[in-house]
Amino acid sequence: MNSLLNRDRPPVFCPGCAHERIVQILDQSFRKIGLSGEQIAIVTDIGCSGLFDTFFNTHAFHGLHGRALTYATGLKMARPHLHVVVTMGDGGLGIGGAHLLSTCRRNIDITLLVLNNFNYGMTGGQCSSTTPADAQVSSGFLNRLEKPIDTCQVAAAAGAAFAARASTYDKDLIKKIENAIRFEGFSMVDIWGICPGRYTRHNKLTPKTIDEQLKQVPPSDDFTTRNARKEYGRAYREEASKLQAAPTPLRIEAKFDPLFSNRQELVIMGNAGQRIITAGELVCLAGATAGLHATQKNDYPITVMRGHAISELILSRKEIGYTGIGKPSAVIALGQEGVTRRKRIFAELTKETLVLKAPGVDLPTTVAKIQKIDFKAGKIKPKDWALAAIVQLARAKRMLSTDMLNAALELRFKGEALEQVREVVKGFSRPFNRS
Amino acid sequence: MALSLIEGNEAIGWGAISAGCEFFAGYPITPATTIYNTMLKLLPPMGGVCMQGEDEIASIGFCLGASMAGLKVMTATSGPGISLYSEQISFAIGSEIPIVIVDVQRLGPSTGSATKGADGDIQFLRWGNSGGLPVIVLAPVDVKDCLVLTMHAFNLAEGYRCPVFIAANKEISMTRETIDLDALRVPDTKNRKTVDSGKSFLPFETTEGQLIPKFLPIGGKHLVRQTSSTHGPDGYITTDPEQIARNQERLQQKLIGAVDDFLLYDWQPAEATETLVITYGVTARAARSAIIKLSNMGKPVSLLVLKTLWPVPERIIKELATPYKRIIVIEMNLGQYVREIKRLLSGKNIVFLGQMNGELIKPGKIQEVIENE
Repeated sequence: MNSLLNRDRPPVFCPGCAHERIVQILDQSFRKIGLSGEQIAIVTDIGCSGLFDTFFNTHAFHGLHGRALTYATGLKMARPHLHVVVTMGDGGLGIGGAHLLSTCRRNIDITLLVLNNFNYGMTGGQCSSTTPADAQVSSGFLNRLEKPIDTCQVAAAAGAAFAARASTYDKDLIKKIENAIRFEGFSMVDIWGICPGRYTRHNKLTPKTIDEQLKQVPPSDDFTTRNARKEYGRAYREEASKLQAAPTPLRIEAKFDPLFSNRQELVIMGNAGQRIITAGELVCLAGATAGLHATQKNDYPITVMRGHAISELILSRKEIGYTGIGKPSAVIALGQEGVTRRKRIFAELTKETLVLKAPGVDLPTTVAKIQKIDFKAGKIKPKDWALAAIVQLARAKRMLSTDMLNAALELRFKGEALEQVREVVKGFSRPFNRS
Repeated sequence: MALSLIEGNEAIGWGAISAGCEFFAGYPITPATTIYNTMLKLLPPMGGVCMQGEDEIASIGFCLGASMAGLKVMTATSGPGISLYSEQISFAIGSEIPIVIVDVQRLGPSTGSATKGADGDIQFLRWGNSGGLPVIVLAPVDVKDCLVLTMHAFNLAEGYRCPVFIAANKEISMTRETIDLDALRVPDTKNRKTVDSGKSFLPFETTEGQLIPKFLPIGGKHLVRQTSSTHGPDGYITTDPEQIARNQERLQQKLIGAVDDFLLYDWQPAEATETLVITYGVTARAARSAIIKLSNMGKPVSLLVLKTLWPVPERIIKELATPYKRIIVIEMNLGQYVREIKRLLSGKNIVFLGQMNGELIKPGKIQEVIENE
């Protein structure tokens, strides 16, 4: 295979820079595998490692500092056959740490070459996440306070099945990079090298000392079997192929006449667990069966089964403008938490407003007509209170009719769930208890 | 007529699919999460990709990679996520990467209120990038708009090779509404222009009078370069001031000069009035309600609902506002887009109504301001 080096743009690194050597070795690795430029995308980070894409005749993507793995992930998911190779320094490793961890966890088929020279070369030799505590760098005393990370141990802990350490000057480096590119899954090679422009002006680091130091760090290959698993993209496509296409939204034809001509508003307020949002949805669906426009605006906290639950509903023959509640024609008050949240509304209600109230709920002063609902008589569990309340609303011919509600139940529920809600409707046939 | 009951965010998802979206990545955040849920339901069975990033920066990064590989992409978040997107947005602007970005606005600043609506990001979307180059921002009024404007957003992103924002609001995105899907007027789907293969390809080359470079994907038969650095037509770094200036002006002009080709607005003129209400987003609904009521009382008022917010549709705003003496600008913030209106209509009496308390502006309040001459 021919060299993929860009003859028009030879490397421009400082004399003696490890990066320059890695450019040559990466080219040799590509040649050994037999890849052509169109089969490769080199994704580069910011810093001296960010120049790599310009030295090769391959696809190239040079993005933001620390984010190279994110673009590489998008490219690889979109083009599964592309060989995606990322070059990043120890700077990118630190700033993009979350992306490294997640890429290891995903095991997506990307090769990451960390050009680790223990400092930020391009900005003047500040400490990075791999700078030894005893090194002298341009960050003053700050690096003495922090412990450098062992990139391979981190990658292994995060689930990488291929994370190798190497010296730039290692004869096996070509083979290691070749193996990394051939590996189906995420592969990382942490390549230690010399930054003569900044780091080695004040710190002793030679190919020999790198070798010695590499021998002292814990071995990095004991996790390959433990972390071995299916490549992310392959697994993703396998899972996706099992899925059924999602149904398109239900189209509801009008088959009933609406009960009213002007805009009608309803507020259902209560506690989480009373299935207030579902009841609100049923009111909207019921409206649609009479050709009515509907809106549903909900209010609930982030907790599940705790706190308030409020659904604000509007039905109208015309398209609905303002989606807030002005003068509701009905209010259903099922729990104190919801009532407390909407307490201001009660002073606004008129004599025409119907308020359906669950036992034990205290209402603020209002001129509206209040009717208590006897859930006990119908043996209605709290989770069905909201449903039972709109059954009562339909019986009172407010907002919706019983026919509309039954049609809505059939749209919303199927099978056993439909039978269950029908039982609630059937079991709750007693008239209102007047308060 | 058949009605479907869907949420604004769900409609954004269906709009994306209808426009040919093939890739979505997002990070969960209220009130945008249901867009991610919708895309996760819709995309994978169709052979598309839906991913959850480790953060917002990764999510939009996945999208930029996939877009450069030739896919139509979308991401969705809220104000806190837009903050994290910022550097990637600058990249997408400067390096001409098509992407649709949905901002389901919630009450800020900062973490603010996850489940309260606002239109507080309107200037942030325009200026939240380094370099200050323009973007396209579309603002939906209702669930119908969520679907239709998302389709427009894809066409614009592909056509102009730029990020296009949907400036939604919790109050539309998390509100369910009935819409007649079969009666929607939707745009035809457009794709980015590509180069005939075989010709020599420079990724950012434009000929005289051409403002948008043609596209080839990374991973295709021809080598493609993408870079966040200041670049020439070949996608390599340039330091030539003339080349740099030409490129910056092109990036500015390709959108500022084109806004008349994507003027999306509702115009509701009334006879015998000196008052024009200008608004956008969910607030337009309250304004409509107020104006109908006033009209029934024999007090007509004209209404302009802007859906293309950025670049500012200057010509149409000036033209439509010409006959009016009093301009009332209403928005769910403390005064953002009104700055643009003041700049454009400096000779007129500009009245501002803003609110930032997590609640919708009530029609009654709008009516009060209109009547308070």
